[in-house]
Amino acid sequence: MKNFGYTLSEDRQINYDKNDKKILAYVKEHEPSFNICISCGTCTATCSAAQFTNFNIRHLYTLLKRGEVTTLKKEIAKCMLCGKCLLACPRGVNTRNVIIKINQAIEKYSL
Amino acid sequence: MNKKRIIVIGGGIAGMEAATNLSAMGYQVTLLEKENELGGHLLGWEKLFPTMRLGKDVIEFLNKGIGLTHIQIIKNADIIDARKNDSIFSVKLSDGRSFESDAIIVATGYDLFDARKKEEYGYGIYDNVITSAELEELFLSGKPIVNALGKTPKKIGFVHCVGSRDEKVGNVYCSKVCCVTAVKQSIEIKEKIPDAEVFCFYMDLRMFGMHFETLYKQAQEKHAVNFIRGRLSEACENIDGSILVKVEDTLAARPLRMSVDLLVLMVGITPSEGTKKIGAMLGLNFGPNGFYKCMDQHTMTTVSNVPGVFFAGCCMAPRTINNVFADSRSAALMTASYLENYSIEKRTI
Repeated sequence: MKNFGYTLSEDRQINYDKNDKKILAYVKEHEPSFNICISCGTCTATCSAAQFTNFNIRHLYTLLKRGEVTTLKKEIAKCMLCGKCLLACPRGVNTRNVIIKINQAIEKYSL
Repeated sequence: MNKKRIIVIGGGIAGMEAATNLSAMGYQVTLLEKENELGGHLLGWEKLFPTMRLGKDVIEFLNKGIGLTHIQIIKNADIIDARKNDSIFSVKLSDGRSFESDAIIVATGYDLFDARKKEEYGYGIYDNVITSAELEELFLSGKPIVNALGKTPKKIGFVHCVGSRDEKVGNVYCSKVCCVTAVKQSIEIKEKIPDAEVFCFYMDLRMFGMHFETLYKQAQEKHAVNFIRGRLSEACENIDGSILVKVEDTLAARPLRMSVDLLVLMVGITPSEGTKKIGAMLGLNFGPNGFYKCMDQHTMTTVSNVPGVFFAGCCMAPRTINNVFADSRSAALMTASYLENYSIEKRTI
């Protein structure tokens, strides 16, 4: 058969209904300030890791809120837990603790 | 003439308009202003959003009202005591004069946020970091726009929400007018320096007013103002005196750094010293943000917890000028209701 070069593409949509929100629930329960983020990006602007890696804590938060958790473990390993983001956040989110809670949830659910 | 007397504290837009309305109703009105001139913050503002009308036109309108009526105007009034005895209020000044009245309108306005408290943006440390009020003064002076190095700035950044929506400085509320002021000032900069690049660093653009969105579109369409969605984490000085800003471009999802020749901080609205002082003297309730607390957020915004004391303008919350006019006239009506015993200002729900 002639190959026209067509392939099946993977679905890029966030499948919100199917996504696993266990980690999200754990973080929200143990660090409720996670809820009040307004995605201003001050954390990422001041983040040392973000200058040299593709780590983006603000973006990570959004992905977690949508249940996009497949890359979480790899991502949070880039955080040095320095806490600069914590000092800069205008909403007073305990950003550093969110990372720690994500880590705990990953361990708890053996993800 | 009605014998009932009213003291209006504060001679900005709110106080001037409230005094005019009450005097027109026939009351004996005394207007106390701490400065040597009526007009308040508006005196330092060249053009007004969203129409670019001159601030001095509005001052002229207010003065026409004062001119039509019989208001006793006391300038340089430094109030050292204000109290209510039975139903009579007495206000004392530091020069020994005192005044009595049957009601008081408090129109003590706002103070601009002290940008030095947001130390990471370098105001008061780096010469090329200025406030929106200072830029406006520069516009008003008619002088050419130059930075601290005496050069025409080619890249200008506007930082939204300085001292607003910021738990770390203790002001969690939105100051309401700064977003559209940044858009207005961006347009004015582009009109004065057409080849300049202008960047607004914002979290949300709150274009709530009827023509604000049009002004925003005009800034994009006609003046090519750049909008970058992200809040600055810090600003520092380059060796040549330009300012390096650090921000996340959240829509690109990457940290961004940029040097600008001039950085303008959009300073927010905070409760004024006068608001704090007069509130303490009269026993007025304060809300969680330090502005006066009214009797009802929807229905009694100009009514205070002390019978006979009414509010007008930015002493209650950040306000646009048209809001302040509405407030002032409302406060005048509520005061008249109180003095004539109509009791409509006593309704509760």
